[in-house]
Amino acid sequence: MSTNQPDPAATIQSKTATREPQPRPAKAPDGKRVDHARSAKQFLNAPEHAKSHDTRVWAMRTKRDKQAHTIEEWEELRELASQIKTHTLTNLGSYLEEFEANAKANGIHVHWARDGAEHNRIVHDIFDNHGVKSVIKSKSMLMEECGFRHYMDSVGIEIIETDLGERIQQLDGEDPSHIVVPPVHKMRSDVARLFAEKLGSDPDNDDAHYLAGAQRDATRPLILDADAGMTGANFAVAETGGFVVCTNEGNADLSANVPNLHVASIGIEKLVPKVEDMGVFIRLLSRSALGSPITQYTSHFRAPKQGGEMHIVLVDNGRSKRLGMDKFWSSLKCIRCGACMNTCPVYRRSGGLSYGATYAGPLGLILNPSFDAHRYSNLPFASTLNGSCTNVCPVKINIHEQIFGWRQVLAEDGHLPWTKKTALSAAGKVLASPKGYRAAIKTTNSALKHLPRWALYNRMNAWGEGREMPTPPEHGTFHDWYKRNRLSGQTKTGSDSR
Amino acid sequence: MSARDDILGAIRAGKPAMNAPAPAVPSYDDGYPQDREHLTALFAERLTTMGGIWQAPTDGQNLDDALQEALADKLGKPFKDAVIASNVSEVAGNRGINENDDPTTLHDVDIAVLRATFGVAETGSVAFTEKELTVNAVAYLAQHLVVLLDPAEIVTNLHRAYQRDDFAGARYTVFHTGPSATADIEGVLVRGAQGVRSLTIIPASGS
Amino acid sequence: MRIGLFVPCFIDAFYPNVGIATLELLERFDCDVDYPFDQTCCGQPMVNSGCHAEARATEALFVENFAKYDVIVAPSGSCVHQVRDNLTAVEQTPEVKHVRENTLELVEFLHDVLKVDAFPWANFPHRVGYHDSCNTLRNLGHGKPSELHGAYFSKPRALLEKVAGIELVTIDRPDECCGFGGTFSVTEPEVSAQMGRDKIADHGRNGAEYIVSADSSCLMHQSGCGARIGAPIRFKHIAEILNGATQ
Repeated sequence: MSTNQPDPAATIQSKTATREPQPRPAKAPDGKRVDHARSAKQFLNAPEHAKSHDTRVWAMRTKRDKQAHTIEEWEELRELASQIKTHTLTNLGSYLEEFEANAKANGIHVHWARDGAEHNRIVHDIFDNHGVKSVIKSKSMLMEECGFRHYMDSVGIEIIETDLGERIQQLDGEDPSHIVVPPVHKMRSDVARLFAEKLGSDPDNDDAHYLAGAQRDATRPLILDADAGMTGANFAVAETGGFVVCTNEGNADLSANVPNLHVASIGIEKLVPKVEDMGVFIRLLSRSALGSPITQYTSHFRAPKQGGEMHIVLVDNGRSKRLGMDKFWSSLKCIRCGACMNTCPVYRRSGGLSYGATYAGPLGLILNPSFDAHRYSNLPFASTLNGSCTNVCPVKINIHEQIFGWRQVLAEDGHLPWTKKTALSAAGKVLASPKGYRAAIKTTNSALKHLPRWALYNRMNAWGEGREMPTPPEHGTFHDWYKRNRLSGQTKTGSDSR
Repeated sequence: MSARDDILGAIRAGKPAMNAPAPAVPSYDDGYPQDREHLTALFAERLTTMGGIWQAPTDGQNLDDALQEALADKLGKPFKDAVIASNVSEVAGNRGINENDDPTTLHDVDIAVLRATFGVAETGSVAFTEKELTVNAVAYLAQHLVVLLDPAEIVTNLHRAYQRDDFAGARYTVFHTGPSATADIEGVLVRGAQGVRSLTIIPASGS
Repeated sequence: MRIGLFVPCFIDAFYPNVGIATLELLERFDCDVDYPFDQTCCGQPMVNSGCHAEARATEALFVENFAKYDVIVAPSGSCVHQVRDNLTAVEQTPEVKHVRENTLELVEFLHDVLKVDAFPWANFPHRVGYHDSCNTLRNLGHGKPSELHGAYFSKPRALLEKVAGIELVTIDRPDECCGFGGTFSVTEPEVSAQMGRDKIADHGRNGAEYIVSADSSCLMHQSGCGARIGAPIRFKHIAEILNGATQ
C-alpha cells in the first residue's frame, strides 16, 4: 500500500557498495569467559566493515558534540540530571511505591518481577489470558536482558520487532550490537542480502530507502493484525504514574496504540520523581545519543487508551543488588543513550557483538560483570581507560573509574587468568626491589621481559603482532647516564653503589 | 514474600546511605525571543532541521489549498483520490475520525489532519493528547500528517513544555518532531520508517 | 623548593633522552633537582590490571624514595595520574599523602608552578601534531577535552607555542585515544594497533612531521605501529623540544 520513493541522491545498486561478508564473531560457549580480544580481531579482519563502523559511530559522537556545544547550560544539565538520579536512587523505594499507586489509580495493572525469567512468565500469563498469538514490540534493552524474544519463541508466541534496526537483527538471528542503532555493524549490502532472503526484496538493490521501504511494507500488515503491543520505557514518572518512550520511527506509538493490549517492561531504575524532571532528561537524551535535539517521537503514557488495557512490569534483574554496591551503584543512573559507546575508541574498532553480552561498549564493561562476573571478567580490560565515556555521559556516571574499579574487584575475587595474576605478582616483586629492578632492565631484552606493561603472561609476542619494539638506547639507561654525568666524583648513594 | 516486597526490601537494605535532595530545575529560556513572531520563526527553523515542513498559507489561501500545495507531489496518486481524515473544523477532508473507530480501520488514510495542543520552539516539536488525536493511532498509521498549530501556543523550550499541566491530565501526550525517521541502514537518513512519511505544520490560530 | 625527579621505568630503560631533557630543562630554570637513586616504578602496571595488593610494596618504595622532596616531577602523565589518584594500596600515612598531593607532571610544573613565559634556547622548525595523552588530558587536566562544553585551553600547546619555528597542526579527531592503554596494548593487541595506526594516519593526513606528547608510553606504542607500517612520521617527547632539540 505504500509508495516507496527512493531518494535520487542515494546510490542504487552502487558498484562501490561492499560485498565483503559480514563478520560474525564467535560466541563464547556457556560457562566460558567472553574473549573480547579474539572477537574484536575477527571484526577487524573485515576491514571494510570495520572502517565503516568506526566512521559511522564516530559521526554520532561528532553530531553529539555539535549539539552539546550549542547549549550554554549543557554541563549544568548533566549535573542536574546526575543529581536528580542520585536523589531518586537514594529514595527509590518510596518513588516506586508512589509510581505504583498512581499507575494503579490511572487504571494500569502493575506487576513486579525479580528477574528476567519472572518477567517473561508474567508477560506470558497476560498474553495467555488474552489469547495473544502475535505481538508488535518496540526496542527494549531490558527485554534483551530478559531473553524475552527467545522465551516467547519457545512458547509459540510471535514477536515482531517494529524498530527497523531491531527488526534487521531479529531477522538475522543476531543480538543488537548497539543500544540505539542495533545493526550499526552491518553495511547495506548485508541488509540487502538479508531482506532478499527473508522479505523477498531485490538482492541487487542495496539502497537504504528501498530497503527501509521493503521492511515498512512487510511489517505494516503484521502491525494491523497484532493482538498485543509491547514497549519498554525510557523514564517512569512517580508523580503521574506514567512512563515515557522515545523513538524516531513512531513504532512504539504504533505498538502501544494499534492493539488494545499494551504491556510495558520497565526497569526499576527508570524512575524520576516529577514531570518537570523530564525537561532535563529529554533535552539530554537524543542530543547525547544521535546528536539530534530530540527523538522524532517522545510519548508519555499515563493511562490505558479508551477501551484498552495496559500493564506495567517493573523489573529488578540485578538492579537492587547493584544499588547496594558501593563503587557501582551510580551505574543505575544510565539512561541508555549510547553516547559512551559512540565515543569509545575500542567499541568503534571492535564492534558491539565482540562484547558477547546484552550491553556493549563502556556501559557493558560496567554492567555485564554485575550479571555474571566470571563470564564477563575480560570485559573491564577491553578499555584504555581514556575517560571520554565519563565526559560524554549525560548523567555523569564515572564510567572509566568504574571500569578501573571492576578490575580490582575481579582480581580480588579470583577472576583474573592465573598466568596474568602470576606475572603481575612477579612484576610487583621485581619493581619493589631497586636491585632486582636494575638487574631486570640491564638490557632491552631483559627489560622487555620484566617490565610487565608490554610483556604479559602467555602472549609474549602480543606487542610485536602489530608494532615494532622500542630500539635500545645507545648509551644505556637514564640511571647510567645520571651516574656518569651528575654523580662523578660525588659519593654515590643507593642500592647500586657497590 | 511477593516479588514486590522482595524488591522493595532489597532496595531499602542496599540503597546508598546519603542525603541527596532533589535539585531545583531552572527554565533556561532567557535567551529565547520575547515576541511571537520571532519565536514562531525559531520554531519553523527547528522544525525544518528535523525534517518537518512549515507551510504558512499565502495571503488569501485557504487551508485546503495550503494542504494540497504541501502534499500533492508526495502522495504517489492524484490529490483528489487521497483519503484525508480530518478532525479539525478548518479542513473538511473526506473521512471522519471517530472515537470508537477501530484503529486498524485507519490503515488506508493518506493524510491525517489534526490540531496540536502546543508547540516547542527549541526542538520544533508539536504536542498532542488523546483529545486532539481522537484515535491515537491515526497519527502513525496515516501516510502523511498535517498539523494546525496556533502560534500563540508555542512555548520556548522543553522545560516550559513540561511545566504545562497536560501531562498530569491526559492519558497520552506525545511530541512529534518531524516525520518518522531512521538511519539504521548504514547511517542513511530515511523518512517514513514505520510512521508518517511527512509532517507538515500549518500555522492557524485556534477558533 | 627541593624537587625529586621521577623517571618512570620505561623512560629509564628505553627513552633516557627524555629523562635527560627533563632534568636539563629543570636545571635551566635553576631548580634544585635531585634524582633518588633507588626509584623503580609507581605501581601502575599492577594497579591498572586490578592487582592492587601486588602493587603495595612498589608503592611503598616509591613513597620511601620521594617523601623527602617538596615536589616530585615526572615526564609522564600516566605515572603521575597513578601516584596522584590511584596510589591507594599502601596505608595513607602523612608521607603518602604528601607524595600524592605534590607529584606533578612536567607540563603542569612548567605551566602552573614555574609559569614559564619563554624558552629562548628552543627552536623546532617543523610541523608538529600534539598528542594529548588521555591521562594528561582527562585525568590531569592539561586542556579542555573536545567532548566537554567550555572554553578551550591547552597547557602543552601554550608551552609549545613559545618555541621558535614550530608549527602546530590540527588533526581530525584531536583527542582520540591512540590505543596504548597500558596492559591493554598486549591484552587487546589488534584493537590497540589499529587505534595506533589510525592515530598516526590522522596526523600524517594533516601534515604533521612529528607527533609530540607528554607521555612516552603513547609515543612508544605509536612509533612501534608507525615503524611496522613504514610511516615516515617521527616522534618526540615535549621535554626534548622545550629543552632545545632541533630534530
